[in-house]
Amino acid sequence: MSEILLSVEHLRKAYSTPKGVTEVIHNLDFQLAPGEFACIVGPSGAGKTTLLRSIAGLLPPSSGQIRFEDRVITQPPADMAVVFQEYGRSLFPWMTVGRNVAQPLIEKGVPKAERERLVADALEAVGLSANANSYPWQLSGGMQQRVAIARAVAYEPRLLLMDEPFAAVDAQTRADLEDLVRELWKRLGVTVLFVTHDIESSIYLSQRVLVLSDRPTEVLADIPIELPEQRSQLETRMLPEFGEYRARIYELVQQAKRGARTGSLPTVR
Amino acid sequence: MIRALKSLAYLIVLPALLLAAWWIASTLNPSFFFPPLPDILAEFPVTWDFARISAHVFPSLGRLAIAYFAAVVIGVLLGILLGLSRIARGLTEAILEFMRATPPTAMVPVIMLFLGIGDTMRVVVIIVGCVWPILLNTIEGVRGIDEVLSDTARTYRYRKTGRLFHLVLPGASPQIFTGARQALAIAIIMMVISEMFAASNGIGFQIVQFQHQYSIPEMWSGVILLGVLGFALSRIFILVERRALAWYQGFKANTDLGG
Repeated sequence: MSEILLSVEHLRKAYSTPKGVTEVIHNLDFQLAPGEFACIVGPSGAGKTTLLRSIAGLLPPSSGQIRFEDRVITQPPADMAVVFQEYGRSLFPWMTVGRNVAQPLIEKGVPKAERERLVADALEAVGLSANANSYPWQLSGGMQQRVAIARAVAYEPRLLLMDEPFAAVDAQTRADLEDLVRELWKRLGVTVLFVTHDIESSIYLSQRVLVLSDRPTEVLADIPIELPEQRSQLETRMLPEFGEYRARIYELVQQAKRGARTGSLPTVR
Repeated sequence: MIRALKSLAYLIVLPALLLAAWWIASTLNPSFFFPPLPDILAEFPVTWDFARISAHVFPSLGRLAIAYFAAVVIGVLLGILLGLSRIARGLTEAILEFMRATPPTAMVPVIMLFLGIGDTMRVVVIIVGCVWPILLNTIEGVRGIDEVLSDTARTYRYRKTGRLFHLVLPGASPQIFTGARQALAIAIIMMVISEMFAASNGIGFQIVQFQHQYSIPEMWSGVILLGVLGFALSRIFILVERRALAWYQGFKANTDLGG
């Protein structure tokens, strides 16, 4: 097996509340190899966002550990970028689009010339070169999310975490953004972990879909997606294999909602 | 053009009516303590000639400026520290509540005991009175920063200075300006009060002097001068705020509160 970029090991995340202990994530294990594009789906409230935030280093595990580039994560690690669902709230309103994209590089200490090149390339990659001097609140929702993606891309991360980034965007824009993310993934060779509740998106985008159980969450199924590398919104989604994956994953999510756990799955079909 | 004239009209119509009412009432029914407005206005340039302005208005404004900026610096620095640390807030909560509730004017005799009757006392009186809105609004502004922004700064590993100058300060700045605006009004009041006892110069001192000498129209002119100064300072503040918070106006206008 090739090098492992991300390893989630026996992750458990629980909160104490006045009513007792709530276990959000129970015993979650999976690994990502460099260059993979993996999606995470699961029932609502399954803890997908908690998982992503734990991987991002924003939440400490209750037990277990997460290793990234072979180091245990205790706080947000270098070489990792996150694109949040609430794009409007993740961009700094007092900075222009260009400055928003540049700021993480400034913090990282990247020299000016290289920084300007990275910012310009990233904005061009998402199609927003003309908007470098606009303010985020002057742009539409889809454009704002593209700024957030540009910012992540300019940062040159090894792992890109995306937390339902297109959930709050209209369907047409979502389709464009999906294709954009796939193209960036192929071009940059970055590893992508994409959390979504949209099963069809998860199949269209990735090479691998991890289906989570309901709380306390664990990995219910890990499904390789064998679809052609070249994907198009129209053709790929009409392939019979696509429909089979969709049916299978949909059924898994339904079982998850009904309380299925790893190892207790009835055989599908 | 029409819109500018319209807003100007809105701004002056009520004051103009009130001034006219004052003019008419005081002229028809003059008394020693309530002289006709035209007399007061006629006295104005005579009373407030350059000599008196440099002897009283400049020192007052000088003390006001020093005290106000000191209060801003203290209030913002302390506000940021307290805003960022729940422990610090918990420890200081009782003291802050107590001091905030104490009317600043009541503190004047206490401050005089410690600092005597010089300029230091006067500056400290202003600071003690006007730091509270700045401090408390800064704390609220820091605490109110959007957590998605804060998470973004964390995931991109912003350094401490980066967080301070590119997240905390700009994020809290609208609230800080609100506090600073309230503080300006209080600072002017404290400035006048600090000059009304045991003083040797200042606008407040001069007004009380006029009162003691029964120079009533001059006294009124001092009061009007204070009003004009307060108004001018607040307009200057608004100009500064508009420039500093230009992004905020655009942001509010274009963002539904759902983000």
